[in-house]
Amino acid sequence: MLKIVNLQARIEEKEILKGINLEIKPGEVHAIMGPNGSGKSTLASVLAGREDYEVTGGSVNFLGKDLLELSPEDRAKEGLFLAFQYPVEIPGVSTTNFIKTAVNEKRKYQGLEPLDAAQFLKIMKEKMKLVEIDQSLLSRSLNEGFSGGEKKRNEIFQMAMLEPKLAILDETDSGLDIDALRIVANGVNQLRSKDKAFLVVTHYQRLLDYIVPDFVHVLYNGRIVRSGTKELALELEEKGYDFIKAEVEKELA
Amino acid sequence: MHEENDDILEQVTTSEYKYGFVTDIEADEAPRGLSEDTVRFISAKKNEPEWMLQNRLKAYRHWLTMEEPKWPNVSYPAINYQDIIYYSAPKQKIAPDSLDDIDPELRKTFDKLGISLNEQKRLTGIAVDAVIDSVSVATTFKEELSKVGVIFCSMSEAIQEHPELIKKYLGSVVPATDNFFTALNAAVFSDGSFCYIPKGVRCPMELSTYFRINAANTGQFERTLIVAEDESYVSYLEGCTAPMRDENQLHAAVVELVAMEKAEIKYSTVQNWYPGDKEGKGGIYNFVTKRGICAGNYSKISWTQVETGSSITWKYPSVILKGDHSTGEFYSVAVTNNCQQADTGTKMIHLGKNTKSRIVSKGISAGRSHNSYRGLVDVAKNASNARNFSQCDSLLLGDRCGAHTFPYIEVKNNTAMVEHEATTSKIGEDQIFYCNQRGIDTETAVALIINGFAKEVMNQLPMEFAVEAQKLLAISLEGSVG
Ligand SMILES: Nc1ncnc2c1ncn2[C@@H]1O[C@H](COP(=O)(O)OP(=O)(O)OP(=O)(O)O)[C@@H](O)[C@H]1O
Ligand SMILES: [Mg+2]
Repeated sequence: MLKIVNLQARIEEKEILKGINLEIKPGEVHAIMGPNGSGKSTLASVLAGREDYEVTGGSVNFLGKDLLELSPEDRAKEGLFLAFQYPVEIPGVSTTNFIKTAVNEKRKYQGLEPLDAAQFLKIMKEKMKLVEIDQSLLSRSLNEGFSGGEKKRNEIFQMAMLEPKLAILDETDSGLDIDALRIVANGVNQLRSKDKAFLVVTHYQRLLDYIVPDFVHVLYNGRIVRSGTKELALELEEKGYDFIKAEVEKELA
Repeated sequence: MHEENDDILEQVTTSEYKYGFVTDIEADEAPRGLSEDTVRFISAKKNEPEWMLQNRLKAYRHWLTMEEPKWPNVSYPAINYQDIIYYSAPKQKIAPDSLDDIDPELRKTFDKLGISLNEQKRLTGIAVDAVIDSVSVATTFKEELSKVGVIFCSMSEAIQEHPELIKKYLGSVVPATDNFFTALNAAVFSDGSFCYIPKGVRCPMELSTYFRINAANTGQFERTLIVAEDESYVSYLEGCTAPMRDENQLHAAVVELVAMEKAEIKYSTVQNWYPGDKEGKGGIYNFVTKRGICAGNYSKISWTQVETGSSITWKYPSVILKGDHSTGEFYSVAVTNNCQQADTGTKMIHLGKNTKSRIVSKGISAGRSHNSYRGLVDVAKNASNARNFSQCDSLLLGDRCGAHTFPYIEVKNNTAMVEHEATTSKIGEDQIFYCNQRGIDTETAVALIINGFAKEVMNQLPMEFAVEAQKLLAISLEGSVG
């Protein structure tokens, strides 16, 4: 589904991704962990097509297409979704109207008729249950004045509405209370299927108790330095990143 | 509404001025330039009574003593008033009895504008008085309106048929001597609309005037007067477009509203005059004086305007709150792009007791444009318990445009409560990227964000026009981001 080969990217002359290799197959859940500033959000942004980052090398294939050639909106409409670490606020635009616009833009791309108000509402009701989100939140301006947790839950709600093939969750768990964490994880688990894949960026083993990953990768200094199964996350939780950093430094030396 | 929103966004496709076509109709024009003879020519053309001619001449002579205002925050080359054609009527063989008699070219113009003068409008329940260049061409729905006693006709006709009302009210709110452009208008105005709602009548439909400047080098000086008697209600909409021309055209209109006791007038404008090209060539100078008086107790006047066109806009729809417990409102969205300049706002003059006013102004600037809000809240000495709330928000697209706010507050009574809030924001790259990531392209994202920004004002518009206005907002900002 997604094949990243030797991906390098920089921002303002600063090299951040220094050769990422990663393959994700349909149905898989991959977790990415790594210390602050290691490049996790950068990777997510580059995949989503943020223009601030300059791709200096490598390739990304998404469902048979050259992902890097596509505009950000086309990547989204091809089925790539990014749950932002810091979702932005858009005053005056109701969350419902925003999501409806997004859903219908995608349908147009797929050659489908736009959903009318009744159809849209029906789907919305179903998905609202899935992530236990409140109607009153959706009538408000997009993310404006939402609490940190509400913003994250709104990201998952949008993901549920847009039904992406590959969803990248950038620290969706941080800032969530225990209940919200369970709800978000439940939402993700219910959306899991053999043709959908997830790339979950997190700092905490806790989330991975709920969303059990098939693979865990450690990103350090712009490279994936370790890959393993869910046990790797447990090991990190126990030992911290120091042992990996030390090993990496030794290898480089 | 949501659905319509989406439709509109879908329809946004091109970025050129869509209404720029020229209709080829033989025009009946006044000689170029302005003199007493021009004034007499216009008055004679319209077969006016002597008192009207005298009013015009008086205004003209006063105008000669005045100077063009220099205080607005706009700049433009000097206007040569001797190089303008002050009267241009589309030549009609005979006066049209019915809509079928109207020049087919003219009908085509209306069709392109998307206003049909026939059954379609009956369905939407709008009465249209269309003004092309200077003469009111056709007035629909007159019959239906006259059943309830509503008079809705061209100004020329009103001068002939309702001289008492015209003598009483024309110039009563905006005197010829008010400013340079009102004097000019009073001297040379060629047509416009008159609307009279008798006591206790709720006008059964939205009334609408469509203005359009067609002939080259003509200034359009129209004149609108609306009188609402006790306990009556009317909602009125004016829509404006103009063809593309290289040279600038002057538009100096005057609108007067009179609301008697417990009467309500809602006046909405969607202004889409040709804004000039990207380099600022051509476009309309829109210098308009609009003022209403809440003459009776418990009366209400509400101005709503969506200003997307014109190269220069200079207008301050105002309300004189004379009656006790009267209410004035001003809701405005002004969009400037490329080289457009807008200096617009309102004046709320509180004279009566317990009067209220509300100002909501949303300025959106893009390109190298300048957008200024200029507003006055004036509370007179005897106006006890006056209330005003003003909200002025500016949204910037890019960093070469400017937004300015000039609020003037003059309070001479210490029971007044006057509140003013202002914000300036920018459409951020983060917001655009967030939308992009959800599959929404940049043009659509900008339309979504500005319509969200302007929502409070757009909600004030009659439904049918809200749709068109939203479309206009999006169209006028195309190509300004990304
Ligand atoms: N606009 C920018 N200009 C300069 N440096 C930047 C910019 N954006 C990101 N960086 C740098 O790139 C590096 C990687 O940042 P990134 O946000 O990808 O880290 P992260 O792994 O997501 O960290 P965290 O766990 O804290 O979210 C950091 O050192 C950051 O300071
Ligand atoms: Mg991050």
